[in-house]
Amino acid sequence: MEEKKKRRKALKAAFPLTIPVLTGYLFLGIGFGVLMSTIGYGLGWTVLMSALIFAGSIQYIAIALLTAAFNPFYALLLTLLVNARHLFYGIAMLERYKGAGKLKPYLIFGLTDETFSLLSTTEPPEGVERKWFQFFVTLLDHSYWVAGSAIGAIIGALIEFNTKGLDFVLTALFVVILVGQWRSTKNHIPALIGLAATAICLIFFGQTNFMIPAMILILAALTVLRKRIEGRENV
Amino acid sequence: MTLTTPQLLLTIAALVLGTVATRFLPFLLFPPHKKTPHYILYLGEVLPYAVIGLLVVFCLKGVSLVAAPHGLPELIAILCIIGVHFWKNNTLLSIGGGTLVYMLLVQYIFV
Repeated sequence: MEEKKKRRKALKAAFPLTIPVLTGYLFLGIGFGVLMSTIGYGLGWTVLMSALIFAGSIQYIAIALLTAAFNPFYALLLTLLVNARHLFYGIAMLERYKGAGKLKPYLIFGLTDETFSLLSTTEPPEGVERKWFQFFVTLLDHSYWVAGSAIGAIIGALIEFNTKGLDFVLTALFVVILVGQWRSTKNHIPALIGLAATAICLIFFGQTNFMIPAMILILAALTVLRKRIEGRENV
Repeated sequence: MTLTTPQLLLTIAALVLGTVATRFLPFLLFPPHKKTPHYILYLGEVLPYAVIGLLVVFCLKGVSLVAAPHGLPELIAILCIIGVHFWKNNTLLSIGGGTLVYMLLVQYIFV
């Protein structure tokens, strides 16, 4: 009984925090569901992917994989590349997830951009158990994503409309995250390194081969400029 | 549909494996009882910013500046998103509005 009460309290504290993600995920999820239906995949596949993968950017990119020739190794490599940023979310959450016990594997599984942005900056309110708070934030985000995808799959099956340009929703998401990050810090060197290094590699290596050189160049630039960047932190 | 059901399941499995690997690896490499190196902590702090820059460029990789419409729809939509986001700071409005602007541009204006 005591345990049940604790959980309800954590859920109540978690929900208001997740409202921005609720709206964002519903929209992105709907976009994903609609695009899946335009290439011939219905509710079942869409929900399965959203429940098991739970990574918006790679799911959008996967739409292209599902219409191309079968190549699971390329799919794996591309996922590792696109999701490599999650490595750094994990590093940032090492301390925060320390006390999560048996909930920890699920918390790590659900560590998306948005869940990370909520849990890396917010502490649970007084009297709310941390691990259950983290669990409900993750679970709520996960359910918004699956629900949005399901709604999109249903809309896509019922209504026929011109979806040209709908995939821009992913670009829009990243631009919004970039703007949000830009406002949250005065140190813009890392963001500028990311933009410039990738643009340079795109020009030199071309559309199909630029991702790995870009990641290497970013790591190199961040390492070389470490003193300057760290010197400007908290300025 | 170009993939058979087993091929589709394998592709989804690859996507799940790749995602799970990137999410779990730091926790396996740096267990709670061991001290995480300073360099890794530094990267953990700065990489999220750099990677979003990478992803924005990744999304725009197919845009040609040489051929018409010279990346104009993308540029206009992104400027709208930045403007609206600075103004209202509402994620849904910025993403939804920006996408709608882009769809209208590519469907009606830069056809």
